[in-house]
Amino acid sequence: MVMAERRLLVLAAAALLCIAAFLAIGLRGNIAFVLELRLLKLAALVQVGVAIALSTVIFQTVTGNRILTPSVMGLDALYLFGQMLMIFLLGGIGYVALDPQLKFGIEVLLLMALASALLLPMLRSRLDMGLMLLAGVVFGVLFRSLYALLARLIDPNEFAVAQTASFANFNAVRTDLLVFAAIVTAVAAVVAWRSRHVLDVVSLGPDTATGLGIGWAGTVTGLLLLVSALVAVSTALVGPVAFFGLLVAALAERIVGTRRHGVLLPAAGLAGIVVLVGGQTLFQHALGNATALGVVIEFVGGLVFLLLLFLGSRK
Amino acid sequence: MIRIENVSFRHRTAPILSDVSLTIPKGGVVALIGPNGAGKSSLLSLVARLQPLQAGEIEIDGLPVHTTPGRQLAKVVAILRQDTTVASRLRVRELVGFGRFPHGRGRLTDADHAVIDAALARFDLTDLADRFIETLSGGQRQRALVAMAFAQGTDYLLLDEPLNNLDMYYARELMRSLRAAADANGKTVVIVLHDINQASAHADRIVAMRGGRIVADGAPADILTPDTLEAVFGFRMRVEAIEGKPFVLHQL
Repeated sequence: MVMAERRLLVLAAAALLCIAAFLAIGLRGNIAFVLELRLLKLAALVQVGVAIALSTVIFQTVTGNRILTPSVMGLDALYLFGQMLMIFLLGGIGYVALDPQLKFGIEVLLLMALASALLLPMLRSRLDMGLMLLAGVVFGVLFRSLYALLARLIDPNEFAVAQTASFANFNAVRTDLLVFAAIVTAVAAVVAWRSRHVLDVVSLGPDTATGLGIGWAGTVTGLLLLVSALVAVSTALVGPVAFFGLLVAALAERIVGTRRHGVLLPAAGLAGIVVLVGGQTLFQHALGNATALGVVIEFVGGLVFLLLLFLGSRK
Repeated sequence: MIRIENVSFRHRTAPILSDVSLTIPKGGVVALIGPNGAGKSSLLSLVARLQPLQAGEIEIDGLPVHTTPGRQLAKVVAILRQDTTVASRLRVRELVGFGRFPHGRGRLTDADHAVIDAALARFDLTDLADRFIETLSGGQRQRALVAMAFAQGTDYLLLDEPLNNLDMYYARELMRSLRAAADANGKTVVIVLHDINQASAHADRIVAMRGGRIVADGAPADILTPDTLEAVFGFRMRVEAIEGKPFVLHQL
């Protein structure tokens, strides 16, 4: 147990190092201006890393499955669908004219409502992993298709509005939502931290958890709403990312060697920061090609997914 | 006291329990026996509010189980289900520690640690305390799960086939521990058993079920007779008395 905490400290140091490197490397010209720009971007990257990492860990605990992530289950596709639905109903002008924070608020609530309507019946019967994966893939395809259908129905100018929001881009984050998103992320992180013992018990499964005094349906609903809010934050800021959460959660668990949420939650958040901020620094300065970070993360994350699937099927 | 009144339960259209009423006074070991599919596990999980109650009433110490807050009930009754699996990567001590969750919501005090150590010692797990659950044998894992239910420190303990996977030595040790807990600490143990002779040796009372109904209820000497056993299990078996207790030679 002491070892887990020591490794957590190492992870924290690595995260700080990445942040320092991101801010300091190649700093020249109007330092105040550059620093402000970098700080804004850093704030967004940290938030996205933490939001995706926490949502993935919580989602895996609730579903009792280490291969599922919110995005494998099509939650971010659902978010984009909700966004497109709003553009479709309000029109491109009406959508753009909306206050971005109000818009974001509506999108978050929409995702929470849709996600709990979809996932709760599935969780109640606690399907096995194969069925969950299959259902997730079907949901993902369904929402992407609905999204594409709506995209064909609206006029091209409005589609351009939607398209800017629908690609993962760590280089052009939406800084206008930053403050609002930061509040959502911070509140969600506090709630997740306070639920760490409950999450430990939830990971024992519905029967044992109920026997230990957890109200299963209520607890799971609350946790799923939390996951939805976090997914909405990250998708709104950088767009959908499929395997980043899986990569970070698997990495964190491997590093600290425990599934205790008091250690795992901070470890996952820190690993998210290391991969995202560290990766972005590397790509910006060492490789001079910043747009590819999303691709690389998805590639490595996809490999981890296949590896976990392969190892899991052998047990 | 556990009071079960007119409880019926169906899974989709298949009836599992039909109008079951049973009162279990505080203190003692009650064995639930019966053939596969008799409804023993369903009855136990209804008492432990793991399934929604469809018809009837169940109370433990006057608390209606399906409306009392889960937290409050978890300090009164503990359940170990059949085939409980631990998906999470946990050490034995951590798993047993979860038994204290209803008391401190995850914060372990010195008193909690003492209870955990006692439960580990009681089930011979002290040497295995730092092992991961997935590295244990089936019987060791079963003992860890029983220790967790014990650590919960409740007056009522519901165990669904806890002797699964246990060898003869540990099966006997577990039954003795339950007997001791009932005698020394006034605990109430309701246990589903397939080994009828364990029930004969250690239980105060045997409740026999068949087809979702209670078909016999009484002291071991009254239940373990060839006629009653045939009514419950559907075949005749020899019963011999050893040291005044009936033993069933169902293998013959």
